[in-house]
Parts: sequence; C-alpha cells; structure tokens
Amino acid sequence: MAKLTLPCDVETIRALKVGDFLELEGRIVTGRDSAHHWLLEHHQADVAPLLAGSVIYHCGPVVKRHEDGHYSFVAAGPTTSAREEPYQADVIGRYGLRGVIGKGGMGAKTLKGLQEHGAVYLHAVGGTAQVLAQAVVEVEQVFMLKEFGVPEALWVIRVSGFPVVVTMDSHGGSLHAEVEKASRQKLEQMLGLAS
Amino acid sequence: MLTPEQWTAKLVEVIARASTQLPPDVVEALRRSRDAEIEGSLARKALDSILHNIELAASNWQPICQDTGTPLFWIHHPIGMSTRMLVAACEEAVRRATGKQLLRPNAVDPLTEKNTGHGQAPGIPTVHCEEWDSPEVEVRLLLKGGGCENCGTQYTLPNQALKADRNLEGVRRCILDAIQKAQGKGCSPGIIGACFGGDRSSGYIESKRQLLRPLPDHNPIPEIDALEQDIVAQSNQLDIGPMGFGGNTTVLGVKIGHLGRLPASYFVSISYMCWADRRAGARIAADGTVTWLE
Repeated sequence: MAKLTLPCDVETIRALKVGDFLELEGRIVTGRDSAHHWLLEHHQADVAPLLAGSVIYHCGPVVKRHEDGHYSFVAAGPTTSAREEPYQADVIGRYGLRGVIGKGGMGAKTLKGLQEHGAVYLHAVGGTAQVLAQAVVEVEQVFMLKEFGVPEALWVIRVSGFPVVVTMDSHGGSLHAEVEKASRQKLEQMLGLAS
Repeated sequence: MLTPEQWTAKLVEVIARASTQLPPDVVEALRRSRDAEIEGSLARKALDSILHNIELAASNWQPICQDTGTPLFWIHHPIGMSTRMLVAACEEAVRRATGKQLLRPNAVDPLTEKNTGHGQAPGIPTVHCEEWDSPEVEVRLLLKGGGCENCGTQYTLPNQALKADRNLEGVRRCILDAIQKAQGKGCSPGIIGACFGGDRSSGYIESKRQLLRPLPDHNPIPEIDALEQDIVAQSNQLDIGPMGFGGNTTVLGVKIGHLGRLPASYFVSISYMCWADRRAGARIAADGTVTWLE
C-alpha cells in the first residue's frame, strides 16, 4: 500500500486515481458541521497553517482526557460527508486543503472543487472506529472544544498508517457517482420503471 | 428488589455490551459477506477492516463506532414496577456510560446548539416501557448511529413514481427504493427495519423495534417472510456493496412489521441500521442475576 505523507504538494495529489489505497502519515485536522461553518465565517488564522497542504477529517471522535491534561482518541471513524457538500469546495479553496477524509462520498460541487484546486476525497471505512483510532498516534491540540463540544471541535492529530481509499480524484472521477448511476438503472429495470 | 442505583449500574452494563460487543449473528453475517466478495476488491478490503475492528472493540471493551448513536431502550417490567424509576435509571446510565467513554457525548440542544456534554437531553435516550406477567425485567437496547438514522424514510402509498400500490408489492418497491437511495451512506451492508401501516410516528417506532430481531429469524407470517428474503436477494443485486464501493452485499437482513392503519393512510416507514448493529438484550431477575439474550 502506498504512503501519502502530509502535508503534500499538488502534483502528488494529481497523480492519485479513484481506487488507489493509501496509508496516511503526518498531521491532519478533524472538522465537521460546526467547523465548516466556522472556517467560512472568516479566515481562521490559527488553524489555517495546519490545514494548508493537508486534509480535513470528517470525524467526531470519542476522546479521553487524561489526568495530566493530554487527550487521546478512544474511537475515531469517519462521519457522513454529504452534510458538508454545500461548504466543502469553498473550505478547500480558501485554506489550500489537498483533500478530505470521510465516508459516503460527496456530490458534484465538491467534485468540481477537487478538480479546480487539486484535491482528493479519501474514503475511510465507516464504523471502523477502533482500527482508525489506533492509527492516531498523537492528539496535538484542539480548537473550539468548549464552544462546539467533543464531536464538533477541530482536533489536530498526527496519524501513521491511516488506511483510506481514493473514491473521488482531482480529474473528475467519482466511484460514488458511478455506483449510484448503475444501481439506479438496475433498480429501474428490476421494478419495470425504465423510461 | 434492586434499588434505583442498582438498576442504573445494570443498565450501564447493558450499554457497555451494546457499544463494544457486536452480536454473534451479525458478525457471522459479515464474515459470510466478506467471503462472498472478490479477493482484492474494495468491498473485500472494507469488510476485512470491519471484521478486524469488531475484534479490537470486543477485546478492549471500547466503542465499535465513535458515533454511539441514539440509545433506544425497550423494557418489559413486572406489574407494579415504577416506569418513572426505570426511565430515570436509563437516563442516569447514559450519563455514566458517557463519562466512561462507552458512549460519545452525543446530545445537542438544537436551540442553543450546545452539546450537553453528558450524552443526555430531552428525548435522549428514548425508553419504551411495557408491563408483562413475568417477575423479571427484560431490557433490549439498540444504539442507532446518526449516519444510518439519516437514511430512514417514510413513503405514503400509492406512489406513482415507483408504481407502488397499497399492497405487499408496493411495500417491496418502497424498501428497495430506500436501499438504493441510501447507497453507502448508512454504512452498508445495513439491516432494514420496516413497518407498513400505523401512523407517521408509530410506524417509525415499529420499524425500529423490528431491528431487535436476530438476523437468522423468520417472520411468522409466511408471505412477509418471503418478502423479507426477496428484498435481501434483490438489493444485493444492485451492486452498491459495502460502503457503497460496489459489491455483492448491500444489506444483511430485512425485517418487516405491520400495524393497523386508517382507511385514508398507508405508510411504509423504513429505518436503516448500519453494519454496526449494536443491540444488546438482558433478562434481569428480582435478585439482580443477569442473563444475556441474543
């Protein structure tokens, strides 16, 4: 399995294709609904350098706070990405993200954003919270914990051997669009609905 | 008789089991679907990861999925037992389990948008209490994640676009449509709980109650049993597959109930449960002895 070290440059991302398996190494940041709104409200200068060239992980983890004040991830699989569809392309463009980790795939607006900016959608296996928490080697810091709560905060984490598959690439390829279209045709045929 | 504090402790045990130990019938179904996928395929790799995850969660007693979902309790209790006490014990058990990282702080006030921090809020958990003749208490718990809950849907028949009339064939069409629309977003391969009839709220509740049935069981009504098997077979021909990657297993099971309806209404209510089908059941005797149920 190929390694992708983050942050990375745009050429590395352009070389990736739908179906590629990757193991991620390096620093990434979690963010979901509240984080995407917050990142678009205005330029968040503290987080921006951490996002540039890296990826945002759609994840609301279970987190343990240790007695000395440091945090560790107890469970950390991906959440459904579709909810970020209205915002994702803008967040990618504004912060120079090279990709997104999530589950379930995203739509046409994000796919166009990936093409424009040179970024990829990386699918982690939904529900595999233990496998993925093991690949989180360190929680470096957290933003907006008090305001957003544990699942919605922006957790800055270091990962090693974090398994993902490219399901949307920077050339307009989307496994999700293909599977959706083919399965709709099969269903229409099955139910005699084909127009 | 157990004290409220003792009930809370027992319910924390039920939550711990549901969150960390996937029922054996679900694990078995996932193993079979793993073997049914082509070697080297995305589908097979996803299922390998899922099976590895199930083992890790079970041996470390840590949550299978970080979205520990809405806790849904169904409790049968002896005559004369206080349901207010039982509901309060469920609520306190959820708060305690959240403190132990068995559950994620998963309750948000939609007015203030603040997370309550302890996993509990009005309506969370939901607790259904029913009296029965046994001196024992039976607790059944389902932890239903938000991603799959978002894939739930309700149809009113007739539905012209699906050519679905008010009959079992119409029910079949609605369920297949819902499975196709869910794609991988509900964390397929999923389990479908459905109800035809009822009203808008009772139909959804019954569709969720159907998810308590073990996967290998059979519907006692032969024509609905056949419908359940048919929908499993047909949906697995759609090539949606695990996580929506394409593949041979899209759903592991379909469970269908029905309730009386008004002449004017014919609802088909559908709840999608992710592969992390976190259900636990326990019989608790008056002396506190726990027997775990399938």
